[in-house]
Amino acid sequence: MDYWAKGCGLPRGGWYSVGVVALFIVLPFVYGNHDLLFNMMMYLALAQGINVLFGFTGYLPFGYVGFFGSGAYGASLAVLLLHLPPVLALLVGAVIAVLLALLLAPLLRLSGAYFAIASLAASEVVYYIVSNPHLESLTQGPYGISLARAYDADASYAAMVVVLALAFGVVVYLRNSHLGLALQAIREEPVSAEFAGVNVVRERTCAWLLSAALAGLAGGTYAWHVSVFYPKSVFDLNISVFAIVFTLFGGVATLLGPIVGTLLLYGLYNWIGISQPEYFQLVFGIVIVMLVLFLPNGLASLLRRVNVHVP
Amino acid sequence: MSPSALLVVERLSKHFGAFQALDGLSLKLASGEILGLVGPNGSGKTTAINVISGVYTADAGTIHFDGQPVGGLPIHRRAHLGINRTFQVPKPFKGLTVSENLEIAAVYSGAGRDEIGKCLEFLELAPLAGREAASLNSAQQKRLDLARALIARPRLLLVDELAAGLNPAELQRMAQTLMTIASSGVALLVVEHLLSFLRELTSRVVVMDAGREIFEGPLDVAARDPQVIDIFLGG
Ligand SMILES: Nc1ncnc2c1ncn2[C@@H]1O[C@H](COP(=O)(O)OP(=O)(O)OP(=O)(O)O)[C@@H](O)[C@H]1O
Ligand SMILES: [Mg+2]
Repeated sequence: MDYWAKGCGLPRGGWYSVGVVALFIVLPFVYGNHDLLFNMMMYLALAQGINVLFGFTGYLPFGYVGFFGSGAYGASLAVLLLHLPPVLALLVGAVIAVLLALLLAPLLRLSGAYFAIASLAASEVVYYIVSNPHLESLTQGPYGISLARAYDADASYAAMVVVLALAFGVVVYLRNSHLGLALQAIREEPVSAEFAGVNVVRERTCAWLLSAALAGLAGGTYAWHVSVFYPKSVFDLNISVFAIVFTLFGGVATLLGPIVGTLLLYGLYNWIGISQPEYFQLVFGIVIVMLVLFLPNGLASLLRRVNVHVP
Repeated sequence: MSPSALLVVERLSKHFGAFQALDGLSLKLASGEILGLVGPNGSGKTTAINVISGVYTADAGTIHFDGQPVGGLPIHRRAHLGINRTFQVPKPFKGLTVSENLEIAAVYSGAGRDEIGKCLEFLELAPLAGREAASLNSAQQKRLDLARALIARPRLLLVDELAAGLNPAELQRMAQTLMTIASSGVALLVVEHLLSFLRELTSRVVVMDAGREIFEGPLDVAARDPQVIDIFLGG
């Protein structure tokens, strides 16, 4: 097993991750739209989170945004109620997302569309709880959160760089580890995976929690960065859909697939989506249909067809 | 039977809804021994393998492996102990390469690279090592299924209709392969429709009908047993 490629000091895919992370460290000095860069990093991280779950285990979490929103609220409330410094609060957000994932772990017994829909329903439930006016004293209910006191555009940008690096780290690890191989075996044929010796329930839960933790971190960091938000905006289904489509477009179970998918499609969104949303919806719709029809395994499968290894 | 039996199955029952798929099946199998399990379609052969390997839990009865009750263990725990199997319809990890298919099992059994290489040679899969499992034909997928089970270092191997669909030359080599595996000390339970194939491997068979054992003994005695003849011709 040549899991750890020799000579270059980093496992397969490692240098690409370092390159992309370095790019986002340098870009703010030469490009003024920092919010765009921030959001791009956020989607790159979320796409890798989807990748961890869907790419490696085959579970498609439409309700993924539930973890993002829980992270946003967990971190914000840690700042507002516990008066924690934002960086610690981000960890609280991640923990809240992981606890939610533990609570929802039984959903993994469902398969295919049932899981996708149940996870969506679960994230709606969390949204309705958080935004419930009766909880105003705790969550501010539908009126949203203001973190004005903690606002720090540069620090929160730096935090997202770290979250992105973590997300890449997780996927590079999975691409190069026994756990990643075991997860792919589970995706392909769970019963055979058991006979190969894999504890399917445990490994699958592990991927689910990792994936939730990434979304929770991204959500908390987003909350810190925008500092004022409504429950609707952090439990927005579009966040799930974007991250899923970006990941599928590039190609799951690879490191580069979701990166390329996010850069291209989120780039496209910012290029025409904001000024001419109706055209973006059209193009986006066409992309999704083409993807399903002709490239169900994403751009990466084009390269694999000509025998190019995609890290 | 022998006190050294590796697998002792006693009065296993399993029902699906109102249908009794296993109805008090008992079996014993020693290391290095090959036992044939035959019976008409739907008689419960695959169900027996499923229950012994942990895919289903029995409603009643016990399974002892090396003296230890294993009937309540999840599949992977039984696999770690040394129970493994192939599938009537092979279930390889289709999107992974042939060698990756084996690497997964190697992680848990501790089999090294050379063992994987030898196993690929042994099952004539070496030239296909880098191919995606999905691109293999059905005979190759059956051998891959068997290879995956072997890399897990089984002490008991349950094989379900490996011979179906093989040509005569392939059958000959498969019989040889199974005998080599048994001679290394692995206990083999061979579910088979093709009696000529089974005859090459062993003389001892259990004949099942409707989830029950109706005969145990040498294959050629079974072939003269009126009840067995009745079931095969009538069913
Ligand atoms: N998961 C299941 N749910 C419902 N019924 C089942 C299930 N598995 C097996 N059965 C039924 O149990 C009976 C025995 O099936 P089994 O697969 O064990 O037979 P078999 O002896 O292996 O037959 P064959 O020679 O056709 O492979 C059949 O009637 C089958 O329909
Ligand atoms: Mg069968």
